[in-house]
Amino acid sequence: MTIMTDPQQESFRPSMLLNDTRYRSYTFQFIALMVLIGIIAYLGYNLVLNLRAAGLNISYEFLGEPAGYDINQTLVEYTSRSSHLTAAIVGILNTLLVAFLACATATIFGVIAGVLRLSNNWLIRKLMSGYVEAFRNVPVLIWIIIIFTIMTAVLPAPSAFRGDDPDASMILGSVAFTNRGVYVPMPVWGPGSMVVVVTFILSVIGVFAYRRYAKKLLYATGKLLPMGWPSLAILFVPSILVFFIMGQPITLDFPELGGFNFRGGLQIGAPLIALWFALSIYTGAFIAENVRAGILAVSKGQTEAAASLGLRPRRIMNLVILPQALRVIIPPLISQYLNITKNSSLAIAVGYADITATLGGITLNQTGRAIECVLLLMLFYLLISLGISAVMNIYNNAVRLKER
Amino acid sequence: MSDTHAESVAYVRDSMLPESPPPAAETGVTKWMKQNLFATIPNSVLTVAAIVVIYFLLAATLPWILNGIWNAASIRECREILDGATGGCFAVLSDRWNQLLFGFKYPSTEYWRPALAFLLLFVAAAPVMFFKYLPRQMLLFTGVYPFLAFWLIWGGSIVPPLLLLLGFVAAYVAFKALEKRGFGVAVLGGLGVLVVAILLAGSIGKIEVLRLEQVPSRDMGGFMLNMILGTVCVSLSIPIGIALALGRQSDMPIIKWICVVFIEFIRGVPLITLLFVANVVLAYFLPPGTTFDLIIRVIIMITAFASAYIAEVIRGGLAALPRGQYEAGDSLGLDYAQAMRLIILPQALKISIPGIVNVAVGLFKDTTLVSVISMFDLVGMIRGPILASTDWNGVYWELFGFAALLFFVVCYGVSQYSQWLERELNTDHR
Repeated sequence: MTIMTDPQQESFRPSMLLNDTRYRSYTFQFIALMVLIGIIAYLGYNLVLNLRAAGLNISYEFLGEPAGYDINQTLVEYTSRSSHLTAAIVGILNTLLVAFLACATATIFGVIAGVLRLSNNWLIRKLMSGYVEAFRNVPVLIWIIIIFTIMTAVLPAPSAFRGDDPDASMILGSVAFTNRGVYVPMPVWGPGSMVVVVTFILSVIGVFAYRRYAKKLLYATGKLLPMGWPSLAILFVPSILVFFIMGQPITLDFPELGGFNFRGGLQIGAPLIALWFALSIYTGAFIAENVRAGILAVSKGQTEAAASLGLRPRRIMNLVILPQALRVIIPPLISQYLNITKNSSLAIAVGYADITATLGGITLNQTGRAIECVLLLMLFYLLISLGISAVMNIYNNAVRLKER
Repeated sequence: MSDTHAESVAYVRDSMLPESPPPAAETGVTKWMKQNLFATIPNSVLTVAAIVVIYFLLAATLPWILNGIWNAASIRECREILDGATGGCFAVLSDRWNQLLFGFKYPSTEYWRPALAFLLLFVAAAPVMFFKYLPRQMLLFTGVYPFLAFWLIWGGSIVPPLLLLLGFVAAYVAFKALEKRGFGVAVLGGLGVLVVAILLAGSIGKIEVLRLEQVPSRDMGGFMLNMILGTVCVSLSIPIGIALALGRQSDMPIIKWICVVFIEFIRGVPLITLLFVANVVLAYFLPPGTTFDLIIRVIIMITAFASAYIAEVIRGGLAALPRGQYEAGDSLGLDYAQAMRLIILPQALKISIPGIVNVAVGLFKDTTLVSVISMFDLVGMIRGPILASTDWNGVYWELFGFAALLFFVVCYGVSQYSQWLERELNTDHR
């Protein structure tokens, strides 16, 4: 008779920690964790020692103290007596403002340049590749400084607009380009203007709803409603009607020369314009490449199939190519938006009061609270990044190719 | 049969007509222009608009460039020579050439050292860049180059870099000796030997041999600083990026999460805030009394920044590999390190080349941001000492145009190289 025995149970040996696949991953993770804890402890220990030596402690009380510096471009109420926290909020709003403006214009530049790079016009094609290569291969900081220099050193001073025979004149009598910024007419919101604004917002929503309905009808029944003029009508007619019914509550305040500078109107400071325009054309070059890649990614057979169904070129673009290309274009486009937001931190180079310049610049230098300020700054940008990537994931899931 | 047919028609041609040239409107330049410039009416409008734009661009820049002044001591002298005509004052470039390239503190007698290091960079990079066409022995010089460049640029005695080099050689020998016992053991052994060598080098490195004049890092500046930061950070961040990407793909949760948090944190904040960390915060986390060079702190932060981005690019490459490649490695009985080194990484890196080059070019451009924390790189030099001097106050276009041109040449060259490399490595036969 043979005696069946279990394979002999190996006793545990230390070398198995490295050689046995069952334990090895635990060993590595344990080592990694220990190293990480060690590094953090070491850095924390040094931090405590250094702070004690400098007589500092981590405290956010400085946020409540008066900031004591002026900010030239603010979206909310701010004086030099406001707190550092208010200054930081002004900075945050300024960051969001320039990021939003730049995202919008960069998309326009990028889509135009990207589509034109695929044009069958040789000259336009070359011109657009020239634009893309020139802007992609030169640091954005240099572009920002160059445009800021144009704004401040080349444009005329406000005094050049004075006199009977001025050196410079306003465009259409309402827009002035000066070295302190651009002056444009500012809308004045009279009583009842809110109704007009609300009507306009509702019209915008209405346009989207109409186009959505028209597209649905097209896909369901093949009946094509006109898109162009009804959209325009929905967008403008109700607002204009309400505008006159309410007795023209919105008027324009034109900038006028007075004293040493322009009075009235809306001043858009040179730093904001430099940052806005530079970020737009720089990122526009990158977006152009994304758009081009997206359109090229749609196979030629799709165009041919649509053409064989008798669709006209513009319809082919709108109904066949773009919906498929968007799936490729949107994810990198949103990373470009993220890049714009992060690159807007370069505002500090031209003196635009964004969050990096207020919280990370003047507040940091005045209070000496380096750790707290930089931490808050990083937290803000992290939140923005996480927010944008959350939106991106939702969108990606919505337009993802639904495969069975 | 043919006879009957021939009778039924009046005339049948029995010789070929010679080919005649196409109508004049369908050949050569005319046809090309018709097809490429004036195909449709909107197209023609665009063409005319483009010609107008190009004309204005050239009309504005050409006289300015062609009429430029290259020899003058100050902007006033430039204006005198120009006497009201349009023309650039490029004299600032010839006057401040050395400052633009080397910064304003680097000892002028020693300019040959960074210049030589720059030239040798091409010799060192060539065998890596054109690995198919150059002998492999040249890679030895590539290995020696970092130490040589350090000695040339920073100066001092040759002994510390030499000892460090020997330390790396010893670590490599130890790695080779231990490789049979497993990749992990070999890496640990190699690292151990390296640490010992560095400690030894620190203790006996005071011997003065072949001493060059020592230049502290805060004296680096100009385009040299951009080049140093760019090359050092890119070459350091590629291996770190690979490790982070592998860590993020790993099955071990703790290691995976360390990598994920690191990558997402770094990618979520702008480089400027990391430079602030390098400038004002990092010192708090180092042992009291240690004075860390600002350049080294900046290199640490930029490297961390670049490696997070490179890790994401390589993760894309790893994810793009078909599952079968991983299974092939397993079925051959290769362990993790072998499968990665021999099968997975070469293919994943090949896929990631365009992405890695994008990150590298972006990083090189981003080195200009150090001017924000008042280091005098090329942009910092222009904005600071040169434009602030009374001699050249107001010469914006020439200086920024030169800076833009310099970056354009380097970045465009690198991106062209990467496209060439992609074609070169294209192994699928379609």
